[in-house]
Amino acid sequence: MIAPLYLWLIPLLPFAGFLINGLFGRRMPKALVTTIALLAPLGALAVVANAFFSVFVHSGITDLPYIETCPVGPWINVGTLHVDFTFVLDQLSLVMLLIVTGVGFLIHIYSVGYMTDDKGYARYFSYLNLFLFFMTVLVLAGNTLVMFIGWEGVGLASYLLIGFWFTKDSAANAGKKAFIVNRIGDFGFLVAMFLLLANFGTLTFSEIAAKLAASPAWTGGVLTCIALCLMLGAAGKSAQLPLYIWLPDAMEGPTPVSALIHAATMVTAGVYLVARLHFLFDRAPVALAVIAIVGAATALFAATMALVQTDIKRVLAYSTISQLGYMFLACGVAAYSAAIFHLMTHAFFKALLFLAAGSVIHGLGGEQDMRKMGGLRKKLPITFATMTIGVIAIAGIPPLAGFFSKDAILFAAFQQGTLGKALYFVGLVTAALTAFYMFRLWYLTFTGESRSHDAHPHESPWSMLGPLVILALLSVVGGWIGIERFAAFLSPATGPRAVEAGSFHLEFIFSVVAVAVALIGWFVADLFYRQKPSRPAELAAAMPGPYSLLIHKYYVDEFYGAVVVKPLLAFSTYVLGWVFDNAILGGFTWLLGGAATFAGALLQRWQSGNLRSYAAWLAAGAAALLLFLLAPAILASQGMSTFWKGW
Amino acid sequence: MTDQVPISWYLLLSATLFVLGVLGFLIKRNLITVFMSIELMLNGVNLSFVAFAHQWHAVKGQIFVFFVMMVAAAEAAVGLAIIIAIFRARATLAVDRIDLMKL
Repeated sequence: MIAPLYLWLIPLLPFAGFLINGLFGRRMPKALVTTIALLAPLGALAVVANAFFSVFVHSGITDLPYIETCPVGPWINVGTLHVDFTFVLDQLSLVMLLIVTGVGFLIHIYSVGYMTDDKGYARYFSYLNLFLFFMTVLVLAGNTLVMFIGWEGVGLASYLLIGFWFTKDSAANAGKKAFIVNRIGDFGFLVAMFLLLANFGTLTFSEIAAKLAASPAWTGGVLTCIALCLMLGAAGKSAQLPLYIWLPDAMEGPTPVSALIHAATMVTAGVYLVARLHFLFDRAPVALAVIAIVGAATALFAATMALVQTDIKRVLAYSTISQLGYMFLACGVAAYSAAIFHLMTHAFFKALLFLAAGSVIHGLGGEQDMRKMGGLRKKLPITFATMTIGVIAIAGIPPLAGFFSKDAILFAAFQQGTLGKALYFVGLVTAALTAFYMFRLWYLTFTGESRSHDAHPHESPWSMLGPLVILALLSVVGGWIGIERFAAFLSPATGPRAVEAGSFHLEFIFSVVAVAVALIGWFVADLFYRQKPSRPAELAAAMPGPYSLLIHKYYVDEFYGAVVVKPLLAFSTYVLGWVFDNAILGGFTWLLGGAATFAGALLQRWQSGNLRSYAAWLAAGAAALLLFLLAPAILASQGMSTFWKGW
Repeated sequence: MTDQVPISWYLLLSATLFVLGVLGFLIKRNLITVFMSIELMLNGVNLSFVAFAHQWHAVKGQIFVFFVMMVAAAEAAVGLAIIIAIFRARATLAVDRIDLMKL
């Protein structure tokens, strides 16, 4: 047995930080706000680390999963449905917790430097702590309902932080967009929960797994339905086709937020959900195929859009969508451990890239347009060095982290029949595109002549550079653990690795192909942006059609606007607003009010204010009451039978 | 035949007093007369209480009368005070003209 791990402290500490900074932060000195804001994730990280070491050092991983019910008593206890605040620590949630609290803590430190001059300093950190609270609840949840609390909560925190600078219209709108698009996914999650309840009678992960294990012949049918609904939820949260549109706009938030929520942790919740419920997805091959196709399509689609973006953060946003597509592809081919592996390495290098981009933006006084950067290599040397590591890592060039995880996904995809082979090639093309747009970003930002208006870009303070260096280190070494060991570690939680152990030669060839593809992408970027910087413009002029399609992001936002938003707005305004609200509801209330007024006008005459009239009514009433009481007796005394017998 | 007056006579007298009181209460305009009518009603009721108490040899009715008389005394004190206050404020005791409660 494992000694008590106090898992409930992991969400509670950030929540306490949220409460203190949220309620009193404005009146507290800044140093105190910073201390509380940093202590909360640090404490959570300490509890996670303690759990990690007790699991490994004292008892070995065989004791997992470790289940803990929060000391708040039962939550829902209705009929056969029992839901408690149960936290589960297994290999999967342990890895996620390490990522969430570890990267989260680094980004908290970074934020101290990045947000130092912001008026909403305390508000910012209270939101950030709130996010950590909900994210850890999501990860630790032992049943779908508790997970849903976290799921909704991170959506709320995301909304609050995207719209952090809410006086800016675009930021407020981006926050709303993220929230509303996520609602569509949450709808899927909810329906899936109801279906789970109807078919399994429980929401607890372990009980669902046990029931599935008890009936091995049960596949497809309602399971496919549940899996597809869950997938809709995951696609909303993880910005997959067709619900990815909120993520690029979410870049309106502060850059550390983009790194923490919209790159490293929250957007991976969809992948985590699929991995968490893998035993259910395994029984729904159709849903798995859909996930794989959606993932691969998203990866390619988002990568093409990243090719022409000029906003440094938007390039990274589309890149995130694309990388999440890889993770979905991995889930779709039942390589959950590869998906979580990529999730981890992606958390390292994408957080690094975002934070480095934030450092560039900070150094240039808020400039995000790459056309106005250039030549920053000498001015921001540490940012340059760390960003280079991040770019190489995401491009998939060994021995950095991205290579290992991407390779594992592509290899797993290739082994899954014809569909898998097709998706493998999609993934390969995406890998080339990834290398291209990342090196494009790198060249535009750091090399060539300076195109900046700001003559004196400055390197960021060490509170920002420190996390960059640590994340750069992790991006280098994060992949060295290797997919075999990682999958073996995760296997109790995500099932054994489905991939047949390929021969050494086969894997080697795959690696060579992947690296070659990445190098091709780099080479093309080099041709375009270093050797002859006028070439991109010439190419765009030569192919105006495809270029404008890409620069307008395939007109997807416009399409959704015309097909979904406008009709919905019109329906709301005219049918719901005018007909339902104004005519029916308004008319009804008006009628009620009118009737009351009319009755009042009539009855008012009764209240004449004249004492004698009151007295007359009183006397009449008393007489009537008397008659009412005596009538039976009088009638009976007269020998008359009566229909009324009195009381 | 006994030498007693039958109870129905008392009751008739009581009812007559009560109805006279009610009529006076409803018809009279002077507030003091109205007030006296109330006393008349109370005494009509008292009479029937006493009559029944005698009839049934029950002391409760008589006790009740004491209570009524006590309340009537208190009511007379308060009521007369109100009447004086009204007269001071409005220089009239006509019930019809004391109608400020009207909307």
